[in-house]
Amino acid sequence: MNSYPEIEDKLMTAEEAVKRFIKEGSQIAIGGFTVARNPMAIAYEIVRQGIRNIHLVCHSNGQALDVLIGAGCVRRVEIAYGGNGRFAPTCVRFKKAVQEGRIEFEDYSNYQMSLRFLAGALGIPFVPTKSGLGTDLITYEGFSQETRKERKVSPKKFALVQNPFNDEEDRYVLLPALNPDVALIHAQYVGDDGTVRIKGLTFADIEEAKSADTVIVTCEEIVPRSFVRIDPDQNTFPPFLVDAIVRVPYGAHPTSCYSFYDYDARHLNLYRRVAEDDELFKEYLDEWVYGISSREAYLDKVGGAALVEIKANSVLGYTPGLERK
Amino acid sequence: MVNYTDNEMMAISAGRFIKDGDILFAGTGISMLAATVAKRIYAPKAVVFFETGGIDPSLEEIPMAVSDSRVMSGTAVNSGLIDAFSVVGHRKLHTIAFLGAAQIDRYGNLNTTCIGDYFRPKARFPGSGGACDVAAFASGVITFMQHERRRFVEKLDYRTSLGWHDGGDSRSSLGLRRGGALAVVTNLCVLKFDDNTKAVYLAEYYPGVSVGTILENTGFELDVSRAAEATPPSVEELKILRDEVDPQRLMLGSIPCAPAIP
Repeated sequence: MNSYPEIEDKLMTAEEAVKRFIKEGSQIAIGGFTVARNPMAIAYEIVRQGIRNIHLVCHSNGQALDVLIGAGCVRRVEIAYGGNGRFAPTCVRFKKAVQEGRIEFEDYSNYQMSLRFLAGALGIPFVPTKSGLGTDLITYEGFSQETRKERKVSPKKFALVQNPFNDEEDRYVLLPALNPDVALIHAQYVGDDGTVRIKGLTFADIEEAKSADTVIVTCEEIVPRSFVRIDPDQNTFPPFLVDAIVRVPYGAHPTSCYSFYDYDARHLNLYRRVAEDDELFKEYLDEWVYGISSREAYLDKVGGAALVEIKANSVLGYTPGLERK
Repeated sequence: MVNYTDNEMMAISAGRFIKDGDILFAGTGISMLAATVAKRIYAPKAVVFFETGGIDPSLEEIPMAVSDSRVMSGTAVNSGLIDAFSVVGHRKLHTIAFLGAAQIDRYGNLNTTCIGDYFRPKARFPGSGGACDVAAFASGVITFMQHERRRFVEKLDYRTSLGWHDGGDSRSSLGLRRGGALAVVTNLCVLKFDDNTKAVYLAEYYPGVSVGTILENTGFELDVSRAAEATPPSVEELKILRDEVDPQRLMLGSIPCAPAIP
């Protein structure tokens, strides 16, 4: 048995992490981006535990967003983009939920959402940008006045101000900071000292994690402290930033995890098809989420052949020649 | 007579706008193809980068999303969104962004959010992503469109990303000192923007496409007085596109470049 005395208080199962840190009505930021490094193991666990009324704050989110919305866990979203790349140009359950009036939503852009997380991380109440000027992002407020009174919802979507350092007319959009209850991050490595290392692109994970009250990190591998400390330039978070560590190999499946595995194109295509149909989608959740008793059972269901097929080339970071249509 | 598809003509038409030294922002879909084709054929010293933070990836395989691991492989630098947007708007750089949209108006403003009422839309699309941001900050935007009357509209259902705003100098008077719509590349033609009015005009129609067809498929008045026939793709251009850029035919096939409108 491996033992990790330095992180034993943080090391837990996905089930424990969700039980301890995610509540009805929690505001959650999802790490990764569209089809990459989505914290799927935690998303599935939220669905299994039946947690409702979640408020998601998203830049470009994909699979985890769509599963959480589809399973009825989400009450409202602040979002820049809901899509799965070429596999689903608009996330299907997200699209349906908006079209059928089943979720509250408010639109921002990717840079705006990243800036809002950054402001939250820095402890400043708002942040200026020129992005959004002249667009409907600053014409329409998505949330009602009732919603705006709720916990962690900004009383205004944005404000317009004149640059106080310039006498000429020079307007900026001020965006409210975000401090979500929880950030869910999937990383390649966590050291046995608790240091987190993300490989490849970090997207907005750094700002999200630093802005959140609680950070849950799932990881592919727990590695010796000597490995992360010999090359600290490569590390992403110090141990004290992280509240829960969950080791879940293939924890981002069916999305990709750079240098470990590619996206599972077959699964994402299957998902898009079933997501279009309410009955088939229910069956999908029964089969892939509710009916799964353990992580091992999930991987058995994906199948050895599929896992080998998407295994990344460790030098290139992706799977060359993978069938992706 | 060389045979080619709409997507091939579109990727090549967009690629021809690119000059050495340009920094190219690629989104999903056909824009990745255009950025790659520009670098392989017209501007080898152009640099392709992605809003997710990948700068100058080797792109030996076409990425299927801007978060694709292929966007992180062989790069000069891997970073994140905040870094990527500091590149898009950097004062020292000439950045060209490739975007796609569900709807466009005569001033090159774009809609990637919804059709119908914003609060209860007939069709919901992914949203801005980084489009609103790059439309504000890049030196120029080239937009890919399926040329249909319901997409080339008098008034957008939602203005997600800014082109030339209401025309004339209205964009710069908002405080956006650089950038704006550079061209629109469709499956029928290439459109550019008038220097003074900033309204779109027909610059080039593809071989075999009549000006009448373009007018029929445009939902607003279009100036065609400056139109000329486009040069078709050469054998060499098509060879590089097919054999080197997208040998798996992931983007060159029949995949449409814009979200479907029901």
